[in-house]
Amino acid sequence: MIFSGKVFKFGDNIDTDAIIPARYLNDSSDENLRKHCMEDADESFPSKVSKGDFIAAGNNFGCGSSREHAPRAIKVSGVPVVIAKSFARIFYRNAFNIGLFILEADTDGMDNGDILEVDTDTGEIKNKTKNTVVKAKPIPKFMSELVNAGGLIAYAKKKIKEGKK
Amino acid sequence: MGRPLTITEKIIQNHTDNEAVAPGDIVNARVDIALGNDITAPIAIKEFEAIGIGEVFDRKKIALVPDHFVPNKDILSAKQAKMLRDFAKEHDIENYFECGEAGVEHALLPEKGIVLPGDLVVGADSHTCTYGALGAFATGVGSTDLAYAFAFGELWLKVPESIKVIFEGKPKKWVSGKDLVLYLIGKIGVEGANYMALEFAGSTFKHLGMSDRFTISNMAIEAGAKSGIFEPDEITEDYVKDRAKRDYIFYKSDEDAEYAKVLKFNTESINPQVAFPHLPENSVDINEASAKNIKIDQSVIGSCTNGRIEDLRIAAEILKGKKIAKYSRLIVIPATPDIYRAAAKEGLIDIFMDAGAVVSTPTCGPCLGGYMGILADGERAISSTNRNFKGRMGDVKSEVYLANPAVCAASAILGKIAGPDEVS
Repeated sequence: MIFSGKVFKFGDNIDTDAIIPARYLNDSSDENLRKHCMEDADESFPSKVSKGDFIAAGNNFGCGSSREHAPRAIKVSGVPVVIAKSFARIFYRNAFNIGLFILEADTDGMDNGDILEVDTDTGEIKNKTKNTVVKAKPIPKFMSELVNAGGLIAYAKKKIKEGKK
Repeated sequence: MGRPLTITEKIIQNHTDNEAVAPGDIVNARVDIALGNDITAPIAIKEFEAIGIGEVFDRKKIALVPDHFVPNKDILSAKQAKMLRDFAKEHDIENYFECGEAGVEHALLPEKGIVLPGDLVVGADSHTCTYGALGAFATGVGSTDLAYAFAFGELWLKVPESIKVIFEGKPKKWVSGKDLVLYLIGKIGVEGANYMALEFAGSTFKHLGMSDRFTISNMAIEAGAKSGIFEPDEITEDYVKDRAKRDYIFYKSDEDAEYAKVLKFNTESINPQVAFPHLPENSVDINEASAKNIKIDQSVIGSCTNGRIEDLRIAAEILKGKKIAKYSRLIVIPATPDIYRAAAKEGLIDIFMDAGAVVSTPTCGPCLGGYMGILADGERAISSTNRNFKGRMGDVKSEVYLANPAVCAASAILGKIAGPDEVS
């Protein structure tokens, strides 16, 4: 799939407390998650983000808690893809499980407000503002099957239907 | 003969139908225990219902522990706890713990013998890696993962590479598992073991107890690790034998098993550590931290990292007959009801209260900025918990320093970050 939008740029080690602070975890509704997404990293993020925008970050994005509220908050904010140099592992699996695309790529050349065109099939990331292209690391086969099935729950339903187990 | 395997590879292989497994393989692994809490299980329950399978895979292999915001801190958290209760009733979940029996999940499950050596445990909580201390493969997953495990009793896992971490020598007085793991994270960084299993070994662990192993495995995730495991031995056996209600297996790594890295540390040269804001990797020696004269407003002793009876005994040893500094708070949270009761019987609660501490019912509470000790703008805490991210314990402009219970107790007395030797 091809997505196009502007970049919100963050640094290294953006932890799950920054993505969705625990003080809001008494309510897992989409509305609550959207309202406080990225709040402790950038207070203005919830009001500025529009559907189709990207989050780009440095190393170890999503470190800390296992809270799936973090990738969900990003997804319900309208962000289709997160691009980072690297991801913490629980965030990585959570994102695929819920159908949020994440790409590992060099984000040094991306700045706040840059317009990107991202092809999740080829991993090609075009920076329209800077006229540059970077290529993301390929997604492991099983992970792309998972995303193509529509996430782990859709995959589970398919499994029941096919009568395996 | 197949290739030599690490303990992690052996446990995973024995939970699959695969004839062989190697790091990087994605496998479907059978789960012995699937765990959720009052924050993560509500989403898992909704997703489980979305799968539409009706029945859980095994009502004895699911654990539901309301501990993060329980006793309910507000109406919304009460609703979340109610979802767990209703689900537990509907599916007759054996290991559901009502407030009063419940404690911090990662202290509770080993204490009750629910997780055992050789198990494969998944939990929708990042500190699920704690059970590696028992010689189990245990890892944190998400709520959707948990829903899948509830339905099928299995889950996709990537077989991790392992890093062997060897600590040799006898630890100095006041040096605990917390200091070794903070020291390690300081050396390898918060991403130093991302996607990998940490495997701990060395003569140091003959001098330390199970509680130190739990603390070390608990914080494997703070280096990004998937798990943090110890080979079980007689110390494990002593801990487990009277708690287990089913069979368990002691796995060992093959002698020539392959590791991505082997790290060796001399424990004798390690002092108590303090991790400065806002990452657990910012660890420094207590002498260096103390010299900076850092004033603290609050000290917290508790959590899945350091809320066990051994931790409370150490804190009480330092606090006995002393008072905490004026205008500062000390919050002590025994991690489970059994620990609370033992602390009362041993007179530790009296010592804490005489010193001016507040002693809370078991809860994760302030560790994640939930309740029961939230920091205001500009306030500073020293805490025996596991994370010091920005805003972790309250206002985004507050600060958390991580340390062992002895350092937290000494710091509470002096109102500044201090080592235990400064108060005894």
